[in-house]
Amino acid sequence: MTTEVGSEAEVKKEAEKLEPDTAKEKPEEASESLENQKTEETEETQDSSSSPVPTSQSSPTSRKERDPSEGKGISRFLPPWLKKQKSYSIAEPKDEAKKKAEGDEHVEECERQLPEEVAELKGEAAAENHQTKTDDKEEEKHSVSSAETQPAKEDSKEIEVEKVTEEPEEKLEEETGKRETKEVQTTEIKMEKAPQKAPKKIKTVQCKVMLLDGTEYSCDLEKRAKGQVLFDRVCEHLNLLEKDYFGLLFYENSDQKNWLDSSKEIKRQIRNFPWLFTFHVKFYPPDPSQLTEDITRYFLCLQLRQDIVSGRLPCSFVTHALLGSYTLQAELGDYDPEEHNSDYISEFQFAPNQTKEMEDKVVELHKTHRGLTPAQADSQFLENAKRLSMYGVDLHHAKDSEGVDIMLGVCANGLLIYKDRLRINRFAWPKILKISYKRSNFYIKVRPAELEQFESTIGFKLPNHRAAKRLWKVCVEHHTFFRLISPEQPAKGKFLTLGSKFRYSGRTQAQTRQASNLIDRPAPYFERTSSKRISRSLDGAPVGITDQSLLRDLSATAAGPTGDEAAVLAKLKNGESREEDGSPIKSPPLELTQDGKKVGPRAEGPCSGARDADKSSHETLSVVEEKKRAEVGIEETVVINEINEGKIQVAIDGGEPCKVEQLSKKDSSSTSSESSSSSESEDEEVGEYQPYHRVTEDVIREEKEGNEDAKEVEGYTAKVVQCVESVIEGSKEKVSIGHAQVAEESLVEGNAVSGTPEEKSFTEEAKQDLREEREEEQLKINGDLSHIGIDVKPQIICCSEPPVVKTEMVTISDATQRTEISTKEVPIVQTETKTITYESPQLDGSAGGDAGVLLSAQTITSESVSTTTTTHITKTVKGGVSETRIEKRIVITGDADIDHDQALAQAIKEAKEQHPDMSVTRVVVHKETELAEEDEG
Amino acid sequence: EHCLGPGPMATFHAVVRALPESVCQQALRVEKGGAVDFARAEREHQLYVGVLRHKLGLQVLELPADESLPDCVFVEDAAVVCEETALLTRPGAPSRRKEVTEAMKIALESLNLNVVEMTDENATLDGGDVLFTGREFFVGLSKRTNQRGAEILADTFKDYAVSTVPVHDSLHLKSFCSMAGPNLIAIGSSEGAQKALKTMQQMSDHRYDKLTIPDDAAANCLYLNIPNKGHVLLHRAPEEYPESAKVFEKLKDHMLIPIANIELQKVDGALTCCCILINKTSEL
Repeated sequence: MTTEVGSEAEVKKEAEKLEPDTAKEKPEEASESLENQKTEETEETQDSSSSPVPTSQSSPTSRKERDPSEGKGISRFLPPWLKKQKSYSIAEPKDEAKKKAEGDEHVEECERQLPEEVAELKGEAAAENHQTKTDDKEEEKHSVSSAETQPAKEDSKEIEVEKVTEEPEEKLEEETGKRETKEVQTTEIKMEKAPQKAPKKIKTVQCKVMLLDGTEYSCDLEKRAKGQVLFDRVCEHLNLLEKDYFGLLFYENSDQKNWLDSSKEIKRQIRNFPWLFTFHVKFYPPDPSQLTEDITRYFLCLQLRQDIVSGRLPCSFVTHALLGSYTLQAELGDYDPEEHNSDYISEFQFAPNQTKEMEDKVVELHKTHRGLTPAQADSQFLENAKRLSMYGVDLHHAKDSEGVDIMLGVCANGLLIYKDRLRINRFAWPKILKISYKRSNFYIKVRPAELEQFESTIGFKLPNHRAAKRLWKVCVEHHTFFRLISPEQPAKGKFLTLGSKFRYSGRTQAQTRQASNLIDRPAPYFERTSSKRISRSLDGAPVGITDQSLLRDLSATAAGPTGDEAAVLAKLKNGESREEDGSPIKSPPLELTQDGKKVGPRAEGPCSGARDADKSSHETLSVVEEKKRAEVGIEETVVINEINEGKIQVAIDGGEPCKVEQLSKKDSSSTSSESSSSSESEDEEVGEYQPYHRVTEDVIREEKEGNEDAKEVEGYTAKVVQCVESVIEGSKEKVSIGHAQVAEESLVEGNAVSGTPEEKSFTEEAKQDLREEREEEQLKINGDLSHIGIDVKPQIICCSEPPVVKTEMVTISDATQRTEISTKEVPIVQTETKTITYESPQLDGSAGGDAGVLLSAQTITSESVSTTTTTHITKTVKGGVSETRIEKRIVITGDADIDHDQALAQAIKEAKEQHPDMSVTRVVVHKETELAEEDEG
Repeated sequence: EHCLGPGPMATFHAVVRALPESVCQQALRVEKGGAVDFARAEREHQLYVGVLRHKLGLQVLELPADESLPDCVFVEDAAVVCEETALLTRPGAPSRRKEVTEAMKIALESLNLNVVEMTDENATLDGGDVLFTGREFFVGLSKRTNQRGAEILADTFKDYAVSTVPVHDSLHLKSFCSMAGPNLIAIGSSEGAQKALKTMQQMSDHRYDKLTIPDDAAANCLYLNIPNKGHVLLHRAPEEYPESAKVFEKLKDHMLIPIANIELQKVDGALTCCCILINKTSEL
């Protein structure tokens, strides 16, 4: 608490002297909001500085219009990514890149314009601040679990328009001190300079970002810019929309990599000049085929090529060769014996130690890829790379409690423990109850193993406390990104004020998938490294070896920007301006939905009418999802933090080599900083994260992890789709139509569990869903309609397969807990037809006579090997309620080789992942199979 | 042909070795039991090889017996083959080290495999401790296989996760388990077997189906995926393990071939022990 108290006092003092209006800072937020003011200011200044002169006049006006609504707090419920996008589009000038060139002018402009804006905004902003702050306070009294409250804070910060004079350059050095020191310094400086300096001078810092293709992007940023500003600019430069998988890295002491925190100011994170970053994949998507855009896959490929060449991603000889051959196909196209002489390959690097033999193999395989487009070659590359055991594993050096060197690997599924390449243990996220660090120790608390009673805590020793914190942050981020539907708000509970407040604040995978699902732009043009070469040779420029050398030293930090880069920049810029030309891409994808901006129905796709019989051997699944928007009260969930008690020493099953450590209660003195280490984000000595304390509402449920029991196989016969597992997520959102402000709160309303007549079932998943709450619950769902009371309304689909009847129709509607099973005998012997309909009770919208006003309709079709998905999205407004209805018709085609159960479950899972805040209201499974002969084979 | 298949790949070749008469007297065994009837053992083995060669159409490469190597029939322990690479092991039992002969190396190289030798004198590895699921390796740490051996295996097959599983009560990891299908682990019912399965499940990102077999020894079966024949499973005969055989008989998608292994079992031989399966086409 020392830190907090100290800075609080200072801030208060400062606030009083400086500007009476700001004195209402909430104590425990003092230091943070001080930061925010600065950031706020950053955005402000950027706004005005970069706007061209004419528009800058209108900018304060639009702000006035916007602010009151924010002040009322509706935007608190905006999902963080939505909010960010919004502020981005306002704060981020489109012609930023051009502006950069004229640095000096730009500063002058700001100086000119700022004073009036400050004057204009000060009064009202101050007034609104009162309101917002009050709102916030109320909010935080409830221990809020919902992540949607987080943007609220940011929003309120945004409208604090208090202008503080700029800090002098020396401040940066002072930041190497401890946090409280820093705050004090800031305060003093401010008091000093405030009176004399009314006009504002914008200090910019040059940032350089190494991109994945080896080029360098540089830009000037306002000194107090947050990480997000830089990241957004880089993504804009790259024309990348699915950016949540990526991040910016900076290196400390040459080898320690740190992720730039988007929500914090850059200068507080990076200590040394120049500001040099590396654009890097942060979350490796487990299934790259689910990425929406080829350009995203391309960047992922570039990253993986780097990972491979640097040895971070080990591969066998054959895999090196195979992946290399896809690289060649993507970069050079089909093998051409005339063009591709024996040397063409040596320009590329495929492996850390490339041999002639490997190159020969690459060429041999390259010849077999004839006809693959670059995008297809990238996809093949990724399909193979994603299966590598170290794909997406972020390794950290550590020691176990006996001092043995091990590696901790953080990945999408959990935490892996390695000793000399061997996996010696693994903790899936569902097994981990708490992740914490204290000084240089890193701890995980895991669920009791079967037959054990006590939770155990396993400790690891990291090289230093910053490494421990880094690992902890990576864990928090990976867990949130891959396992949660929405990010968790930084906790304000008293347990956590001791340590780091860090939480992942970006979009989760579920959210990014949902957002990217609505990306609606023509596939953007982008250049692969080779196409650059070709275009240059057309321009008469020499065919550059330099270009290909990028591939050679992908892992090297610098490949200087050349004239070529300018060309690339120009091309990308063209792409951007295309976007700006009235096409809707510029606005964030989800705003499209919410504003209902989309025009005109494009097609009327096949919808719920899955009952019309399909061709034999087809399975038709029609998942109807509805998103209801209604004026509803805000629901809040109180989270009870686990009390951090003494841990019991338990040995872990399965050869766990890391001894369990006895932990004592956290002592509050531990915050007294021992290190003189620098950036504030690194000086916290402790941090805790409880992956599951709000698990009931936000964990992605269909995850198979956690239940370690394998399915027992009872006869390996061809399976018939008999059950549908469906998680119902209700979403309540506030819409105030006048202001495009949408409040959204997602929560799980009910949970549907499936039943199946075979032993083999989805019981595991169901159990997994439940185990957070009642781990021991055994589901008895064989053929009977049972109900499991979770959360709100349980919605259960169950159906059984009578042994005799070949054709049946099962309709289950749990609206009235009534089951209708109509069975009719049909003299069909060769095929088996089955239709299972599941409907949710709460949803009568479409059935009603009032069709509402159709805002937009859209049909998207996508195909994979065995499934065809038709997505039909309609948006209607009905009596003030806006409704988005997404109907998916998924046709799974295939013979006995395809696991239909799995394909169906996958389809539903995907539908849910794409629209996590929607409810699945209807699932119709229409199944036709040709009956296989039992005696065959 | 993609190198990373979703399951054990189609099998085209098999390497086997004839059994020497010395197997009766000198073969290593965990516990004393009945004497091996050589004639009967030879008949059983010939039947086994015959199934591979004739019934399943594999190209079988048969190495000659070596009387000085009583355990040489158990070729599985001498080499681990996965995709294009063969790792010649360093068996845990010193008396068996010579089984990894030049002939074996030549045989594997003749199949165009990239042969890697385990030269580290601190490493031991028996192929019987290596379970490849198609997605990853599990290596039993037993009396015959040590950590270093497992590390070398991990270095050799870099694409795959290699997890270690302590094995206490049995000779090898595969003394009580084996793959019985692309995603299906056959596992014995003993406490040790179940415990090992738990460990494997905890270590894996992937979820396998399991087939619980009443008898540990019968849980070692030989699964092959053969073009035009599909899933083929050689399992212990009902005469030996009636209860276990019943479980296998429930596998409707498999071509089931019961095989007796009465004699070699006396010297700890199981079905997987007597061949090395290679899924390469010879022209590559």
